[in-house]
Amino acid sequence: MERIEAIKRIAEQLNDELVICNIGFPSRELYHVKDSPTHFYMLGSMGMASSIGLGLTLAQERKVVVLDGDGSVLMNMGSLVTIYNQSPENLILVVLDNECYGSTGSQCSYAKTVDLLELAKSVGFKETFLLKSDVDYKNFKNVLETKGPVFVHVKVDPGNADVPIIDLEPEKIKSRFMGEVKRID
Amino acid sequence: MESSQAVYEALKSAGIDFVVSLPCVNLGKIMEMVDCDSDIIHVPVTREEEGFGICAGAFMGGKNPAILMQNSGLGNSVNVLASLFKLYNFPILMIMSHRGTVGEFMSAQVPMGKATPRVLDALEIAYFHPKIPEEALKIIPEAWILAKTASAPLGILLDINFW
Ligand SMILES: Cc1ncc(C[n+]2csc(CCOP(=O)(O)OP(=O)(O)O)c2C)c(N)n1
Ligand SMILES: [Mg+2]
Repeated sequence: MERIEAIKRIAEQLNDELVICNIGFPSRELYHVKDSPTHFYMLGSMGMASSIGLGLTLAQERKVVVLDGDGSVLMNMGSLVTIYNQSPENLILVVLDNECYGSTGSQCSYAKTVDLLELAKSVGFKETFLLKSDVDYKNFKNVLETKGPVFVHVKVDPGNADVPIIDLEPEKIKSRFMGEVKRID
Repeated sequence: MESSQAVYEALKSAGIDFVVSLPCVNLGKIMEMVDCDSDIIHVPVTREEEGFGICAGAFMGGKNPAILMQNSGLGNSVNVLASLFKLYNFPILMIMSHRGTVGEFMSAQVPMGKATPRVLDALEIAYFHPKIPEEALKIIPEAWILAKTASAPLGILLDINFW
Protein backbone atom coordinates (compact mmCIF):
# COMPACT_ATOMS: atom_id res chain seq x y z
CA MET A 1 0.00 0.00 0.00
CA GLU A 2 1.38 3.39 -0.96
CA ARG A 3 1.05 6.54 1.13
CA ILE A 4 -1.98 7.97 -0.69
CA GLU A 5 -4.08 4.89 0.12
CA ALA A 6 -3.13 5.10 3.81
CA ILE A 7 -3.99 8.82 3.82
CA LYS A 8 -7.32 8.05 2.16
CA ARG A 9 -8.24 5.38 4.70
CA ILE A 10 -7.34 7.65 7.60
CA ALA A 11 -8.98 10.78 6.18
CA GLU A 12 -12.24 8.89 5.61
CA GLN A 13 -12.53 8.36 9.35
CA LEU A 14 -11.90 11.96 10.38
CA ASN A 15 -14.66 14.43 11.19
CA ASP A 16 -13.97 17.42 13.39
CA GLU A 17 -10.34 16.59 14.11
CA LEU A 18 -7.82 19.26 13.15
CA VAL A 19 -5.14 17.96 10.81
CA ILE A 20 -1.57 19.19 10.38
CA CYS A 21 -0.11 17.62 7.25
CA ASN A 22 3.53 17.12 6.31
CA ILE A 23 5.43 18.94 3.56
CA GLY A 24 5.47 17.74 -0.03
CA PHE A 25 3.53 14.83 -1.46
CA PRO A 26 1.72 13.93 1.79
CA SER A 27 -0.05 17.32 1.72
CA ARG A 28 -0.67 17.13 -2.01
CA GLU A 29 -2.15 13.66 -1.66
CA LEU A 30 -4.36 14.64 1.27
CA TYR A 31 -5.56 17.73 -0.61
CA HIS A 32 -6.37 15.55 -3.62
CA VAL A 33 -8.12 12.82 -1.62
CA LYS A 34 -10.16 15.25 0.47
CA ASP A 35 -9.85 18.96 1.15
CA SER A 36 -11.27 20.55 4.29
CA PRO A 37 -10.86 23.73 6.34
CA THR A 38 -9.77 21.38 9.14
CA HIS A 39 -6.57 20.73 7.17
CA PHE A 40 -3.40 22.76 7.60
CA TYR A 41 -1.10 21.95 4.69
CA MET A 42 2.46 22.65 5.76
CA LEU A 43 4.15 23.71 2.54
CA GLY A 44 7.65 24.29 3.92
CA SER A 45 9.47 23.91 7.26
CA MET A 46 10.34 20.21 7.04
CA GLY A 47 10.16 18.58 10.46
CA MET A 48 7.78 21.10 12.02
CA ALA A 49 4.44 19.30 11.58
CA SER A 50 4.57 17.56 14.96
CA SER A 51 5.65 20.80 16.65
CA ILE A 52 2.82 22.81 15.10
CA GLY A 53 0.47 20.04 16.19
CA LEU A 54 1.82 20.14 19.73
CA GLY A 55 1.40 23.93 20.01
CA LEU A 56 -2.15 23.65 18.72
CA THR A 57 -3.09 20.95 21.24
CA LEU A 58 -1.72 22.99 24.12
CA ALA A 59 -3.66 26.08 23.03
CA GLN A 60 -7.12 24.56 22.57
CA GLU A 61 -9.07 21.40 23.31
CA ARG A 62 -9.99 19.92 19.95
CA LYS A 63 -8.29 16.73 18.80
CA VAL A 64 -5.32 17.26 16.55
CA VAL A 65 -4.06 14.63 14.12
CA VAL A 66 -0.58 15.20 12.70
CA LEU A 67 0.26 13.38 9.48
CA ASP A 68 4.05 13.26 9.58
CA GLY A 69 6.78 11.38 7.69
CA ASP A 70 9.73 9.23 8.74
CA GLY A 71 12.33 11.62 7.30
CA SER A 72 10.68 14.58 8.99
CA VAL A 73 10.46 12.87 12.36
CA LEU A 74 14.16 12.02 12.07
CA MET A 75 14.92 15.69 11.32
CA ASN A 76 13.07 16.93 14.43
CA MET A 77 13.45 13.98 16.77
CA GLY A 78 13.53 16.22 19.85
CA SER A 79 9.87 16.87 19.18
CA LEU A 80 9.02 13.36 20.42
CA VAL A 81 10.71 14.19 23.72
CA THR A 82 8.87 17.49 24.07
CA ILE A 83 5.52 15.92 23.16
CA TYR A 84 6.05 13.14 25.69
CA ASN A 85 6.89 15.64 28.43
CA GLN A 86 4.01 18.00 27.65
CA SER A 87 1.71 14.99 27.32
CA PRO A 88 -1.21 16.54 25.40
CA GLU A 89 -4.29 14.33 25.67
CA ASN A 90 -5.64 15.59 22.36
CA LEU A 91 -2.64 14.82 20.13
CA ILE A 92 -2.40 11.92 17.71
CA LEU A 93 0.92 11.74 15.88
CA VAL A 94 0.64 9.59 12.78
CA VAL A 95 3.94 8.80 11.07
CA LEU A 96 3.60 7.67 7.47
CA ASP A 97 6.77 5.62 7.21
CA ASN A 98 7.91 4.70 3.71
CA GLU A 99 11.51 4.35 4.93
CA CYS A 100 12.53 7.12 2.57
CA TYR A 101 12.42 10.78 1.61
CA GLY A 102 9.49 10.18 -0.70
CA SER A 103 8.87 13.71 -1.88
CA THR A 104 12.42 14.20 -3.12
CA GLY A 105 12.71 10.96 -5.06
CA SER A 106 12.50 8.22 -2.43
CA GLN A 107 16.09 8.27 -1.23
CA CYS A 108 16.48 5.88 1.76
CA SER A 109 16.06 7.26 5.27
CA TYR A 110 17.44 5.67 8.44
CA ALA A 111 13.90 4.53 9.24
CA LYS A 112 15.00 1.45 7.30
CA THR A 113 17.22 0.42 10.20
CA VAL A 114 15.66 2.27 13.15
CA ASP A 115 12.16 1.27 14.18
CA LEU A 116 10.31 4.52 14.85
CA LEU A 117 7.66 2.76 16.91
CA GLU A 118 10.30 1.35 19.26
CA LEU A 119 11.87 4.78 19.36
CA ALA A 120 8.58 6.38 20.43
CA LYS A 121 8.07 3.69 23.06
CA SER A 122 11.55 4.21 24.45
CA VAL A 123 10.90 7.95 24.71
CA GLY A 124 7.94 7.02 26.87
CA PHE A 125 4.83 7.06 24.65
CA LYS A 126 2.29 4.79 26.36
CA GLU A 127 -0.28 4.68 23.58
CA THR A 128 1.27 3.35 20.40
CA PHE A 129 -0.35 1.70 17.39
CA LEU A 130 0.87 0.06 14.24
CA LEU A 131 -1.30 0.29 11.11
CA LYS A 132 -0.59 -2.41 8.60
CA SER A 133 -3.53 -4.71 7.92
CA ASP A 134 -7.03 -3.82 6.74
CA VAL A 135 -8.28 -4.55 10.24
CA ASP A 136 -5.82 -2.05 11.73
CA TYR A 137 -7.20 0.67 9.46
CA LYS A 138 -10.80 -0.28 10.26
CA ASN A 139 -9.94 0.17 13.94
CA PHE A 140 -8.56 3.67 13.44
CA LYS A 141 -11.69 5.03 15.16
CA ASN A 142 -10.37 3.47 18.38
CA VAL A 143 -7.08 5.25 17.88
CA LEU A 144 -8.97 8.53 17.58
CA GLU A 145 -10.72 7.86 20.86
CA THR A 146 -7.55 7.01 22.76
CA LYS A 147 -6.33 9.52 25.31
CA GLY A 148 -3.11 11.02 23.99
CA PRO A 149 -0.40 11.58 23.29
CA VAL A 150 -0.79 8.77 20.79
CA PHE A 151 1.91 7.59 18.38
CA VAL A 152 0.71 5.78 15.27
CA HIS A 153 3.23 4.05 13.06
CA VAL A 154 1.94 3.53 9.52
CA LYS A 155 4.11 1.34 7.33
CA VAL A 156 3.66 2.16 3.65
CA ASP A 157 5.47 1.40 0.40
CA PRO A 158 7.46 4.15 -1.28
CA GLY A 159 5.68 5.97 -4.08
CA ASN A 160 4.06 9.32 -4.76
CA ALA A 161 0.69 9.61 -6.47
CA ASP A 162 0.41 11.68 -9.63
CA VAL A 163 -1.44 14.58 -8.00
CA PRO A 164 -1.17 18.32 -8.69
CA ILE A 165 0.35 20.91 -6.38
CA ILE A 166 -1.92 22.69 -3.92
CA ASP A 167 -3.49 25.75 -5.50
CA LEU A 168 -4.18 27.58 -2.24
CA GLU A 169 -2.20 30.56 -1.01
CA PRO A 170 -0.47 29.94 2.33
CA GLU A 171 -2.40 32.87 3.85
CA LYS A 172 -5.64 31.24 2.70
CA ILE A 173 -4.66 27.87 4.20
CA LYS A 174 -3.93 29.63 7.49
CA SER A 175 -6.99 31.88 7.65
CA ARG A 176 -9.55 29.23 6.81
CA PHE A 177 -7.89 26.82 9.25
CA MET A 178 -7.97 29.44 12.02
CA GLY A 179 -11.62 30.14 11.20
CA GLU A 180 -12.29 26.44 11.63
CA VAL A 181 -10.40 26.27 14.95
CA LYS A 182 -12.56 29.12 16.26
CA ARG A 183 -15.80 27.60 14.95
CA ILE A 184 -15.95 24.99 17.70
CA ASP A 185 -13.60 25.30 20.62
CA MET B 1 14.67 48.33 37.64
CA GLU B 2 15.97 44.76 37.49
CA SER B 3 16.39 43.49 33.91
CA SER B 4 14.61 40.11 34.19
CA GLN B 5 11.72 41.68 36.11
CA ALA B 6 11.36 44.31 33.37
CA VAL B 7 11.19 41.71 30.59
CA TYR B 8 8.69 39.59 32.53
CA GLU B 9 6.44 42.56 33.30
CA ALA B 10 6.66 43.69 29.69
CA LEU B 11 5.57 40.25 28.47
CA LYS B 12 2.63 40.39 30.87
CA SER B 13 1.50 43.81 29.79
CA ALA B 14 1.89 42.77 26.15
CA GLY B 15 -0.62 39.99 26.84
CA ILE B 16 1.77 37.14 26.06
CA ASP B 17 0.17 33.93 27.32
CA PHE B 18 2.28 31.24 25.64
CA VAL B 19 6.07 31.01 25.99
CA VAL B 20 8.57 28.49 24.66
CA SER B 21 12.10 28.62 25.95
CA LEU B 22 15.61 27.30 25.74
CA PRO B 23 18.03 28.59 28.38
CA CYS B 24 20.79 31.15 28.23
CA VAL B 25 22.49 32.22 31.48
CA ASN B 26 20.72 35.54 31.12
CA LEU B 27 17.26 34.03 30.71
CA GLY B 28 17.13 31.79 33.78
CA LYS B 29 15.22 34.19 36.01
CA ILE B 30 12.65 35.11 33.37
CA MET B 31 12.08 31.43 32.64
CA GLU B 32 11.38 30.84 36.31
CA MET B 33 8.95 33.73 36.51
CA VAL B 34 7.13 32.54 33.41
CA ASP B 35 7.03 29.00 34.75
CA CYS B 36 5.45 30.12 38.02
CA ASP B 37 2.79 32.17 36.23
CA SER B 38 -0.38 30.10 35.90
CA ASP B 39 -1.72 32.45 33.19
CA ILE B 40 1.17 31.60 30.88
CA ILE B 41 1.65 28.21 29.24
CA HIS B 42 5.40 27.54 29.35
CA VAL B 43 6.94 24.91 27.08
CA PRO B 44 10.66 24.22 27.41
CA VAL B 45 11.94 22.94 24.05
CA THR B 46 14.85 20.83 22.84
CA ARG B 47 15.78 23.16 19.99
CA GLU B 48 14.63 26.67 19.13
CA GLU B 49 13.42 25.63 15.69
CA GLU B 50 10.95 23.30 17.34
CA GLY B 51 9.88 26.15 19.61
CA PHE B 52 8.92 28.27 16.60
CA GLY B 53 6.81 25.42 15.21
CA ILE B 54 5.05 25.06 18.56
CA CYS B 55 4.37 28.82 18.68
CA ALA B 56 2.86 28.79 15.17
CA GLY B 57 0.46 26.06 16.31
CA ALA B 58 -0.34 27.88 19.53
CA PHE B 59 -1.09 31.07 17.60
CA MET B 60 -3.56 29.19 15.40
CA GLY B 61 -5.13 27.94 18.62
CA GLY B 62 -5.67 31.52 19.80
CA LYS B 63 -2.57 32.22 21.89
CA ASN B 64 -0.16 35.16 21.89
CA PRO B 65 3.24 33.46 21.63
CA ALA B 66 6.78 34.44 22.52
CA ILE B 67 10.11 32.62 22.50
CA LEU B 68 12.88 33.10 25.06
CA MET B 69 16.16 32.20 23.40
CA GLN B 70 19.84 32.91 23.00
CA ASN B 71 20.77 34.52 19.70
CA SER B 72 22.55 31.27 18.78
CA GLY B 73 19.09 29.75 18.50
CA LEU B 74 18.38 32.09 15.60
CA GLY B 75 20.91 30.07 13.65
CA ASN B 76 18.95 26.92 14.51
CA SER B 77 15.73 28.47 13.27
CA VAL B 78 16.43 30.19 9.96
CA ASN B 79 14.38 27.78 7.85
CA VAL B 80 11.32 27.70 10.08
CA LEU B 81 11.31 31.51 10.20
CA ALA B 82 11.46 31.75 6.41
CA SER B 83 9.35 28.82 5.27
CA LEU B 84 6.72 28.84 8.02
CA PHE B 85 6.56 32.28 9.65
CA LYS B 86 7.28 34.40 6.60
CA LEU B 87 5.39 32.13 4.23
CA TYR B 88 2.16 32.08 6.25
CA ASN B 89 2.56 35.40 8.06
CA PHE B 90 2.69 34.22 11.66
CA PRO B 91 3.46 36.69 14.45
CA ILE B 92 5.78 35.89 17.33
CA LEU B 93 7.79 37.90 19.82
CA MET B 94 11.42 36.77 19.88
CA ILE B 95 13.15 37.70 23.13
CA MET B 96 16.83 37.09 22.42
CA SER B 97 19.74 37.27 24.80
CA HIS B 98 22.35 38.66 22.42
CA ARG B 99 25.69 37.14 23.28
CA GLY B 100 28.94 37.96 21.53
CA THR B 101 28.33 41.68 21.89
CA VAL B 102 30.53 44.24 23.67
CA GLY B 103 31.74 42.80 26.97
CA GLU B 104 31.56 39.14 25.87
CA PHE B 105 34.05 36.90 27.67
CA MET B 106 33.56 33.76 25.55
CA SER B 107 35.11 33.88 22.10
CA ALA B 108 32.81 31.09 20.95
CA GLN B 109 29.86 33.48 21.15
CA VAL B 110 31.38 36.15 18.92
CA PRO B 111 30.79 34.83 15.37
CA MET B 112 27.06 34.19 15.83
CA GLY B 113 26.80 37.37 17.86
CA LYS B 114 28.11 39.33 14.90
CA ALA B 115 25.98 37.46 12.38
CA THR B 116 22.75 37.89 14.34
CA PRO B 117 21.61 41.34 13.12
CA ARG B 118 22.51 40.43 9.56
CA VAL B 119 20.64 37.13 9.73
CA LEU B 120 17.59 39.05 10.96
CA ASP B 121 18.04 41.56 8.14
CA ALA B 122 18.34 38.76 5.58
CA LEU B 123 15.06 37.31 6.86
CA GLU B 124 13.50 40.79 6.84
CA ILE B 125 12.68 40.47 10.52
CA ALA B 126 12.45 43.81 12.29
CA TYR B 127 14.05 44.11 15.72
CA PHE B 128 14.59 46.49 18.60
CA HIS B 129 17.47 46.63 21.04
CA PRO B 130 16.40 48.25 24.26
CA LYS B 131 19.50 49.25 26.20
CA ILE B 132 18.06 49.44 29.71
CA PRO B 133 15.23 47.67 31.58
CA GLU B 134 12.93 50.73 31.52
CA GLU B 135 13.23 50.86 27.76
CA ALA B 136 12.43 47.14 27.44
CA LEU B 137 9.38 47.60 29.63
CA LYS B 138 8.07 50.18 27.20
CA ILE B 139 9.19 48.68 23.87
CA ILE B 140 8.21 45.01 24.30
CA PRO B 141 4.41 45.56 24.52
CA GLU B 142 4.59 47.94 21.55
CA ALA B 143 6.65 45.39 19.62
CA TRP B 144 4.02 42.71 20.15
CA ILE B 145 1.28 45.02 18.84
CA LEU B 146 3.48 45.65 15.82
CA ALA B 147 4.12 41.93 15.31
CA LYS B 148 0.43 41.11 15.51
CA THR B 149 -0.59 43.96 13.23
CA ALA B 150 2.03 43.06 10.66
CA SER B 151 1.52 39.29 11.18
CA ALA B 152 5.28 38.90 11.38
CA PRO B 153 8.00 37.79 13.75
CA LEU B 154 9.59 40.62 15.71
CA GLY B 155 12.92 40.50 17.49
CA ILE B 156 14.03 42.02 20.80
CA LEU B 157 17.82 41.90 21.11
CA LEU B 158 19.08 42.22 24.66
CA ASP B 159 22.84 42.58 24.59
CA ILE B 160 25.35 41.82 27.32
CA ASN B 161 25.18 45.21 28.96
CA PHE B 162 21.41 45.06 29.22
CA TRP B 163 21.65 42.34 31.86
C1 LIG C 1 15.18 21.58 5.68
C2 LIG C 1 14.81 20.84 4.47
N1 LIG C 1 15.60 19.85 4.01
C3 LIG C 1 15.23 19.15 2.91
C4 LIG C 1 14.09 19.46 2.23
C5 LIG C 1 13.68 18.69 1.01
N2 LIG C 1 12.56 17.79 1.32
C6 LIG C 1 11.26 18.14 1.11
S1 LIG C 1 10.20 16.91 1.50
C7 LIG C 1 11.45 15.89 1.93
C8 LIG C 1 11.18 14.48 2.33
C9 LIG C 1 10.45 14.32 3.61
O1 LIG C 1 10.46 12.95 3.92
P1 LIG C 1 9.36 12.31 4.82
O2 LIG C 1 9.11 13.17 5.98
O3 LIG C 1 9.75 10.90 5.09
O4 LIG C 1 8.06 12.37 3.92
P2 LIG C 1 7.66 11.53 2.60
O5 LIG C 1 7.77 12.49 1.46
O6 LIG C 1 8.57 10.37 2.50
O7 LIG C 1 6.26 11.12 2.85
C10 LIG C 1 12.69 16.53 1.80
C11 LIG C 1 13.98 15.88 2.09
C12 LIG C 1 13.32 20.53 2.74
N3 LIG C 1 12.16 20.91 2.15
N4 LIG C 1 13.69 21.20 3.83
MG1 LIG D 1 9.16 9.18 4.14
